[in-house]
Amino acid sequence: MKILVVDDFSTMRRIIKNLLRDLGYNNTAEADDGKTALPVLQAGNFDFLVTDWNMPGMSGIELLKAVRADAKLVSLPVLMVTAESKRDQIIEAAQAGVNGYIVKPFTAATLKEKIDKIFERLEAASA
Amino acid sequence: MIDEATLDQARQLVRDLEAGNEAEAKKLVDELTKIREAELFRELGKLTRELHDTLDNFRIDPRVADLAEKDIPDAQERLNYVMTMTEQAANKTLTAVEDALPVSEQLQQRSGELGARWLQFRNRELNADEFRELSRALDVFFPQVAESTQILQSNLSDVLLAQDFQDLTGQIIRKVIELVRNVEESLVDLIRIAGKGARTNTGGKAGAAGNIKAEGPQVPGVDDHRDVVRSQDQVDDLLSSLGF
Repeated sequence: MKILVVDDFSTMRRIIKNLLRDLGYNNTAEADDGKTALPVLQAGNFDFLVTDWNMPGMSGIELLKAVRADAKLVSLPVLMVTAESKRDQIIEAAQAGVNGYIVKPFTAATLKEKIDKIFERLEAASA
Repeated sequence: MIDEATLDQARQLVRDLEAGNEAEAKKLVDELTKIREAELFRELGKLTRELHDTLDNFRIDPRVADLAEKDIPDAQERLNYVMTMTEQAANKTLTAVEDALPVSEQLQQRSGELGARWLQFRNRELNADEFRELSRALDVFFPQVAESTQILQSNLSDVLLAQDFQDLTGQIIRKVIELVRNVEESLVDLIRIAGKGARTNTGGKAGAAGNIKAEGPQVPGVDDHRDVVRSQDQVDDLLSSLGF
């Protein structure tokens, strides 16, 4: 399981990477905005994307839309972890095809629950 | 610049004065003064119009009023929120460390004691009763180790998560920096208007409608009026209402 963590704050990337390691996901990579994340995603075989929304350059929602528009990445599961908490924004992300949405500040338990749920749903869909 | 007519008037004035023609001389002096006054009034008129335009410009620049009435108090609230969040993070971290330290000290002490006893056993310095006692102590100790390391791990995890304040406060501080930049721009504009009476471009950079943009963390007391969710549960409810 190879996971890309995208956030412009390095502290948040470290927190998420550490939490993922606690959950048993050791193979993670980082990017600091959508612009740097997209080529990394296109080049590597990533199984999961965790991204912030508010980032300079290319935002998380733009990254999500770019991923869904890319034939190779179209089915990549995307979990958004963000401080953006307006209803309009959550609906926008859902319509753009996000697989899970976590608002900051969040707990380790929430992260685990959302990731588990995403994989459960994917397995149910492919079964 | 003195024109020919004025020169003629001056020469006539000298001639009238030399001839003792007082009434004519007085009339000429009045005429010359009037020319001077007319120029003065024209200048004064120009100044008045500039002042009027300047005041008008200042009134119709909505940024200035918004900054003073709304954005600056907002920024104060946002910075207060930053202080609250950093304080909470510091307290959470300190509590987790303070709770973990005695657990780790006790582990260290107990493992030291039992290690010494174990060494005695290996050196055949314990009798059967003493060995049974050591054995019972170890039976108690191993589950204790599991329990203590569980506590330590959970506290370390708390310390880790407490650092999430840096991302959130960082986003808020960025917004306040942007505000300070706007205030600076407005002040520069103000100085420019007051100095030259030049027209400013109003309207400026009003938020473009259409695309949904990132707004950063919602600050309690500042962003309460907006249509925001307040917990992960509300996010989950909203998403499940959308068929998630």
